[in-house]
Amino acid sequence: MTGTDTVPAGERGDLGPIGTSPPRPDGLAKATGAAVFADDLAVAGLWFGATLRSPHPHARIAALRFDPARAPEGAVALTARDLPGFNGVQLIDDEWPILADGVVRHVGEAVAIVAAPTRVAARRALAAFDVEYEPLPAVLTLEAAAAAAAPPLAEVEIACGDVEAALAAAELVVEGSYRTGHQEHIYIECQAMTAWEEDGALVVAGSMQCPYYVHKALVHALGLPPDRARVRATAVGGGFGGKEDYPSLIGLHAALLARAAGRPVRLAYDRHEDIVATTKRHPAEVSHRTGVAGDGTLLALDVEILLDGGAYRTLSPVVLSRAALHASGPYRCAHVRVRGRVLATHTAPNGAFRGFGAPQTQFAMERQMDRVARAAGLDPYEVRARNVAGPGDRLPTGQTLDDSASARLCLEEVERRTGFRERWRRHDAERGRGGVRFGDGAEGRTPARGVGLSLYFHGAGFTGNGERRMRSPVAARLLPDGRIEVLTAMTDMGQGCAAVFPQIAAAAAGVAEEDLVFAEPDTGEVPDSGPTVASRTTMIVGGAIARAVSELRRRVDAWLAAHGEEPGPFRAAAARYVAAGEPAEVVVHHETPEAQRFDEERYQGAAYPTFAWGADVAEVEVDPDTYAVRPLRVTAVCEVGRAIHPRLCAGQVEGGTLQAVGWALLEEVKLEGGRYLNDRLATYIIPTARDAPRIDVHLLERPWEGGPFGAKGMGELPMDGGAPAVAAAVENATGLAVEEVPITPERLFDLDRAGRRERG
Amino acid sequence: MSAAAAPRTLDAAVAALAADPSLVPIAGCTDLMVADPLRRLGMDRVLDLTRIPELAGIREKDGAIEIGAATTFRALGDSPLVRERFPALAQAARVVGGWQIQNRATLGGNVANASPAGDALPVLLALDAELVIAGAGGTRTLPYGEFHVGYRKTALRVGEILTRVRLPRPATGSAQAFRKVGTREAQAISKVVVAMAAKVEDGALSDLRLAAGSVAPTPLRLRAAEEAAAGRPLGAQTAERVARVAAGEVEPIDDVRSTADYRRFALERVVRRMLLELGTRR
Amino acid sequence: MSVTVRAVLNGRETELTGHPMERLLDVLRDGLALTGTKEGCGEGECGACTVLLDGEPVLSCLVPLVQCDERRIDTVEALAGEPRARAFLDRFVAAGGVQCGACTPGIVVTAWALLEREARPHVEAVRDALAGNLCRCTGYEGILRALVEEGPAESGEKAR
Repeated sequence: MTGTDTVPAGERGDLGPIGTSPPRPDGLAKATGAAVFADDLAVAGLWFGATLRSPHPHARIAALRFDPARAPEGAVALTARDLPGFNGVQLIDDEWPILADGVVRHVGEAVAIVAAPTRVAARRALAAFDVEYEPLPAVLTLEAAAAAAAPPLAEVEIACGDVEAALAAAELVVEGSYRTGHQEHIYIECQAMTAWEEDGALVVAGSMQCPYYVHKALVHALGLPPDRARVRATAVGGGFGGKEDYPSLIGLHAALLARAAGRPVRLAYDRHEDIVATTKRHPAEVSHRTGVAGDGTLLALDVEILLDGGAYRTLSPVVLSRAALHASGPYRCAHVRVRGRVLATHTAPNGAFRGFGAPQTQFAMERQMDRVARAAGLDPYEVRARNVAGPGDRLPTGQTLDDSASARLCLEEVERRTGFRERWRRHDAERGRGGVRFGDGAEGRTPARGVGLSLYFHGAGFTGNGERRMRSPVAARLLPDGRIEVLTAMTDMGQGCAAVFPQIAAAAAGVAEEDLVFAEPDTGEVPDSGPTVASRTTMIVGGAIARAVSELRRRVDAWLAAHGEEPGPFRAAAARYVAAGEPAEVVVHHETPEAQRFDEERYQGAAYPTFAWGADVAEVEVDPDTYAVRPLRVTAVCEVGRAIHPRLCAGQVEGGTLQAVGWALLEEVKLEGGRYLNDRLATYIIPTARDAPRIDVHLLERPWEGGPFGAKGMGELPMDGGAPAVAAAVENATGLAVEEVPITPERLFDLDRAGRRERG
Repeated sequence: MSAAAAPRTLDAAVAALAADPSLVPIAGCTDLMVADPLRRLGMDRVLDLTRIPELAGIREKDGAIEIGAATTFRALGDSPLVRERFPALAQAARVVGGWQIQNRATLGGNVANASPAGDALPVLLALDAELVIAGAGGTRTLPYGEFHVGYRKTALRVGEILTRVRLPRPATGSAQAFRKVGTREAQAISKVVVAMAAKVEDGALSDLRLAAGSVAPTPLRLRAAEEAAAGRPLGAQTAERVARVAAGEVEPIDDVRSTADYRRFALERVVRRMLLELGTRR
Repeated sequence: MSVTVRAVLNGRETELTGHPMERLLDVLRDGLALTGTKEGCGEGECGACTVLLDGEPVLSCLVPLVQCDERRIDTVEALAGEPRARAFLDRFVAAGGVQCGACTPGIVVTAWALLEREARPHVEAVRDALAGNLCRCTGYEGILRALVEEGPAESGEKAR
């Protein structure tokens, strides 16, 4: 069930298609199987690649040989020694090897690649390698990494006020420590990339969020002139961050094989390989010390974050940055210190996953707020209502929130819609003291019920000065037939920019959607409007599109006026304008407002232009026989500025909420000795339609002047609220203090048993 | 297509298997096809059991019900006869994977594949199933309880084909129960699966047959628990006691799906619940 | 070793040749370029490769070629050409049932099989029928909206 509360129609002005929900343009092609995904691409003479992977978490490669006699005819093999150029993937730095050279640092790391005429032949060719490994000591967990005290992969500190003094003066000091595990993206389409040479250029096509990241990696590693590499996104079968960083590596592998084999080569991972090799959400341990006044007012927040970065740095510094900037939640507090470190382990590099560090730290903050409430004798709603940040309040970086700060609105609305407080108190009272009576003789089969609340926010767009540096160009041009072509590098991985961009452009230019064409994301055609990440696509790139097409419209209108022509239908007029040889192309950059300044060294200033806000109430029941948690309903109230396409916008909240519920209850990457125990969908469990709760979404709209038609970025927002709300609901139902996700029945059982032992 | 690969009679299948014991018998293929591609494509010679009339259908015979080994779980779950006489089996059939898996996976495959986690297997133990097995030397029947001789090992001999599962008619006044505790609500592998059949007369429990899966190397009949229940009045005390004994006679392990401790606990709780509900039902 | 089977594929008599244990999924995608059927896991867990075998939804990654002889196979491409399915497909898109599209063909095939049996299924019946089809984008809400009759209060459009 979804609904949208918006400004009254009278205040909408002329928004055209903005705020309507037409069928998405790629919808029917996807529903009928006609859409072309990475492994669907028909390429003549195509060969297939396969990857030899490390079975060890840390080892020296003592010997590595390929015996062509044992491989299928013609098979091509490459190791680190055979690389023609630099052996590193360019991301933030370039230390992530394309192929392991001498040392492997995680199970599943690529050691060698092969190409052969068929998929099966490529797999067979892997048996023609002889590798000798000498295992080295491995650091496999965050705990072990912390104990080893090696230099961190990244560090950050945010501070305001005097935390120690405020803690010393506080009536209450509440401590807590919270843990979250790996999460695997499980986009339904596994990673796949095809490479070939065409007209003297290297072409790489496949499933990716960021064509220009792949392009940059190709140019850097192969030493190519930029115009000799061309990267094109096919239809993308889900990303969630998982296709932000990793496609650069698999794209390089495909490109290297295509060049070595002298023909097109495709690397298409199967699920097992995708789970083992690709990036995941950073496991986190977050510790809080909170100084609280007797009435529940926050006086001091001291937060320490540890993230498990895996074997290579990749995107960890920016994940940590966002984690730290969201660690104190949407609350007002004068004395805050957030210290964070990313530690290296001998596991696959962790990377971008919807939320980018913020879900981990907000899980901890929200659980801590419930603990603060208990200590202060408040209910979970009261403690939040007392401390929620609003317009005029300052975040720990010194950023003053403007009128777009809507946390209180969300909090009040979710209470109004769910009656959370009354239900929370009732369940709390029903439960009484000492937890649910699991294991007692007399109780019926009635499950224990509980409700939980979370309040959260998410910075929209790149952190800090990222947008200022990129300046994301977007191009628009008038075609001879008078249509407007818009060129961006954004990919539609399901989130719906293929629907939202035409709405924005049509409304901004005052034309019909039929008068618009959108170029495919192909680096040979489109400018580098940045990566499809960070909830930036609609807000940043959509904003640039609006300006670009408005400018074309303005030019055509001015030309018509100057030539005394009747306006008439736009397309016909624009065709005449083009025919007259007038300038028909415009490139517009995203311009960061002067006022939005961020000091990346001192973590001072406005880290984000704005935030989207949300409040969730989760309702669960817990089976008294099995400790199985059934999520019944999640009500999510999200303030998104303006929902350009309410159906798709709500769809982001629905899908993100279920990903968060899966992370909270089911999803766990189990490693033993650095090896995966559950690298299959039979054992890495995500929710089915049977496991999914009813998800009620209510969008609140307070148009924000910095985004196109008031839109804020919101794609990641819903990942932040689900897990703490579910955990709080389980706590409300059972009385067990839930400090870690996933909340598996086994974990609840152990927690209850430990509690009983303690109570005697 | 060669008749040997997809025989249309049981005799033809048995003859083919006798002639070439290396043939891999296949039915629903829901387990076999998951194999690594190189191993799968190494299975050059297979024997398709899905087109043999003797292995199909659900029918009543001499008061018992006979279920063809190639019967899918979908057909089992939909069968009015199975739902009426063996509700526990119908229930189990409806939680074996999703719809697509139920359309392909067969009861015979579940039995012959011999996974300790097979959802239907404890039900067959609790219902005193017999297996009808055909081979070159003729047909034999075997109590199902004697079929699983070790972890993924069965009493099926080389050249033999499991043809039917026979379930004796339940005594009047008997009740059945089934519960799967899985990794999620649907399309799940079991952590613990429990099946029960029992008779209740004048408030006393008799003929309790209790079986569990995923708690030992094979599906397990819980005989000590059954004995502990013999002749006892139905009630909370009996339920507690029987459940405790049941938990004591299983040997679960820690694995990727769950822990030994949790499995033992969940088994105890589920058995107890089944007995309590048996009490309230009549 | 290869076998040749004769099947009615998307309404047409078709001869299929390959290894007996070749996956129907590979026969469709690699052999016949029917790439509407997707692979999500290759082990019968995700449902993206769902096709109809004699009208029943099955997972084409678990069906060996040898078992396709004399069978009717219908893929999402057949559904695309089925005029009766058009309104359903439009509703599916409009309701927000499609996001990334990787699970969509499998879900559409399963859902169509359900609707053929039950024109107006209850929400619980839909959840049961779709339990073998994983979707990672929609939270299943858009898919349920497309298949279950909506009340006016549940409209996804503006509340006022």
